[in-house]
Amino acid sequence: MSDQIITATLDNGLQVFLKEIHTAPIISHWVWYRVGSRNETAGKTGISHWVEHMQFKGTPKYPAGVLDQAVSRDGGVWNAFTYLDWTAFFATMPKEKIDLSIDLEADRMQNSLFLPEEVESERTVILSEREGSENEPMFRLNEATDRAAFDHHPYGIEVIGEKKDLLSISRDDLYEHYCNYYSPANAVLTMAGDFEAKEMLERLQKRYQEVPERAVKRIPVTPEAPLKEERRVTVEGPGETVYLRLVWRAPAGSAADIFPLAVLDSILTGPSSLNMFGSGSISNKTSRLYQPLIEDQVAIAFNGSYNTTIDPYLYAITVIMHPAHQPEEAVALIDRQLDQIRSGKISLQEMEKAVKQARALFAYGTENITNQAYWLGYTEMFDKYAWFSEFVPSLKKVSVEDVARVAAQYLRPDQRVIGMYKPYLSKGGSA
Amino acid sequence: MKPSHAIPGSDDILRQPLANQVVFLGRGNDQSPSVVISGYLPGGSILDPADRSGLGVYLSMALMRGTKKHSFQQIYDQLESAGASLGFSSGIHSFGFSGRALAEDLPMLLGLLVEILRFPDFPQTHLDQIRDQLLTSLSIRAQDTEEMADIAFDQALFNNHPYGRDDLGSVESISAITQADLIAHHQRCFKPQGLTLAIVGGVDPARAADLVQQHFSDWSPDTAAAQRSPEFPKTTPAASPIRKHIEIAEKSQLNLVIGSTGPERKSAEFLPAVLGNCILGEFGMMGRIGNVVRDENGLAYYAGSELTSLQLGGSWTVSAGINPENFEKTTDLIHAEISRFSSQPVEAEELSDVKAYFQGRMPLQLESNAGIAGQLLTIERYDLGLDYLRNYRDQIEKVTREEILAAASAYLKPDALVTASAGTLEPAA
Repeated sequence: MSDQIITATLDNGLQVFLKEIHTAPIISHWVWYRVGSRNETAGKTGISHWVEHMQFKGTPKYPAGVLDQAVSRDGGVWNAFTYLDWTAFFATMPKEKIDLSIDLEADRMQNSLFLPEEVESERTVILSEREGSENEPMFRLNEATDRAAFDHHPYGIEVIGEKKDLLSISRDDLYEHYCNYYSPANAVLTMAGDFEAKEMLERLQKRYQEVPERAVKRIPVTPEAPLKEERRVTVEGPGETVYLRLVWRAPAGSAADIFPLAVLDSILTGPSSLNMFGSGSISNKTSRLYQPLIEDQVAIAFNGSYNTTIDPYLYAITVIMHPAHQPEEAVALIDRQLDQIRSGKISLQEMEKAVKQARALFAYGTENITNQAYWLGYTEMFDKYAWFSEFVPSLKKVSVEDVARVAAQYLRPDQRVIGMYKPYLSKGGSA
Repeated sequence: MKPSHAIPGSDDILRQPLANQVVFLGRGNDQSPSVVISGYLPGGSILDPADRSGLGVYLSMALMRGTKKHSFQQIYDQLESAGASLGFSSGIHSFGFSGRALAEDLPMLLGLLVEILRFPDFPQTHLDQIRDQLLTSLSIRAQDTEEMADIAFDQALFNNHPYGRDDLGSVESISAITQADLIAHHQRCFKPQGLTLAIVGGVDPARAADLVQQHFSDWSPDTAAAQRSPEFPKTTPAASPIRKHIEIAEKSQLNLVIGSTGPERKSAEFLPAVLGNCILGEFGMMGRIGNVVRDENGLAYYAGSELTSLQLGGSWTVSAGINPENFEKTTDLIHAEISRFSSQPVEAEELSDVKAYFQGRMPLQLESNAGIAGQLLTIERYDLGLDYLRNYRDQIEKVTREEILAAASAYLKPDALVTASAGTLEPAA
């Protein structure tokens, strides 16, 4: 398998990344736009996600309902995602059918209709999507802790947006957002699979070159300074289970400190996988927190997570509490482990395990062609593809001192948010 | 390693039964630096005693908590230090296991697998942890409208049939399960006869077969054992409409499931039903159901259909997550679509679309080691033949509109549908 990546920038500004993989007769084609909830303002939250939905509601060439069926008819799988920093559309198809995906993505880069009746129909679909999320205690807790973790940065609002905004955003708002951000100059095309790169680049140039370049107006986004003191939020709701979520501001995805944070995460809570497809996972039963939280039956389950984003986002530890214990007990146990890490009490074995786990997760991810095309674009959204190819070597360079420093710098008790979801009739009687 | 055909078949799948009736299936992938182990053995929640529902799930969670040779810590030190994973599950008719590792660590993974299958230790402290985890899972699930709607549907449709049992059990049944129950259930179910495992990835299948032989061949079959799977009846549809609702307070969304029984996996109706179901609620943006409920009326983020076909039958359902105010309107729309689907042949264009979809996506399902391993196990479980995947295209092509209508009308009877829901229908007090 060749790891060589072919790159090009078309005259209209569209960046192209191609990776030949000849293990299966399929091709995965992605178009990424540099727009997500990070680019939203008060009153218009959720608009990026809504525009993503509208991209399935028709162009003159591919009317609503035709586009998704056309891909399926050719044996393809497709989906779209909106995240903090980006919006992405993909189709993975039999290699002889990929021209359909190329044509429809180039088409909806400039010709989406945003018909008023389709906008109104989709409004209720998105409200329904949000209502489904609101049913889950963890969504409500995430929403509250994210909001508390930022004073003004858009990362503090969930990607799906606030209900009041979803009720008021207009067709013109959506169309303006689309026209501004869905410019080829604001997009990255990535492709992996069974093709010859030079020939494929010519095909892509021929189809995408006709999409005119449009200037992109960007709203400045200023990263926030670290929190000055601990914040606490409590969400109350139905149920019997208490959830705890601690969040700290993390380094940006392109910062050198993201690698020590990844090692720290692996040691403390087990390794997080950044793969989106076909990755599997590794359990966390030998991580630092398993013994005090689970074996001592203070909690039922826990996990840690970090994200790679343009601006500093969050490192989070989520805990499902044992009904006989209080969240403060888990906070104290987490603090104790973080104290040890901050003081450099980390074994060489723990460091080696973190690197091997990362190597294994990367190996699992390479099985899947869709996942490889995903990585080509995902890394470009916050850094460069070299971030991916250098990930394991970068982890190998991380020292015990690096991990201790990152724990001391980012995971400070006075710079965190402690969020709790408590049932109305908490057995602990504290709600 | 021998180069493989793009679609697995009899010339590149190695199938090797052992003398103790363990069946090994292997296929190489020389482009992959890792391997997947996946398998099953007869058992599952269908064997849970009535007063011990959840026993199968409890057992599958307890298996890896220590063996006669290795402690819990030692087991996970081996796995996690290698970046490997291994886990067990309980289905309706079988216990399952799956793991993955870098190819260099396959011997370690296989060694642990067989040790856990044969010699689990069930330490009491860990059983207490698992019990509390299961009880919390029940509490969490009780707030999950989607899962509770599914449970309500299964209980209403299957009634006293084993398919209607709750595989996670109840507070009472989980609390009653003892270490002795788990040991006895393990002894009853975990035998080499019928154990099937597939190994796919960066290892030569012949080498994998040797490793399986080394690790599994001294496990003697228990010839005196009682039959593991007693006879159970086939599923039967409801005779008249059934309505069941589980009220869960303060939920924004109501989950709705409407449907009936479905064909068993080995029946001739299965493949027509699969294609028909795709037309009904999968194709494109969730088929006809998605079109009418989501696209035309904006009533739901998700609205589609699902076919579940097992040994004794199964279910054929339409599901949606909706605002409670839209309950009547949505159920009316779904009923109308089911009536049309079960009384009129699908359009010729619809059938040609889904045939192309199923035929075209085959390579996508086989691009990962885990995807291939899953297909090999399905082939073995239902005795489909090693060239099943290569013949699949032709099998799809043969399905007719009349066969789809026959399957739809046999199972989705509009005057005897089960309607289940979970969420908030009652106004707050």
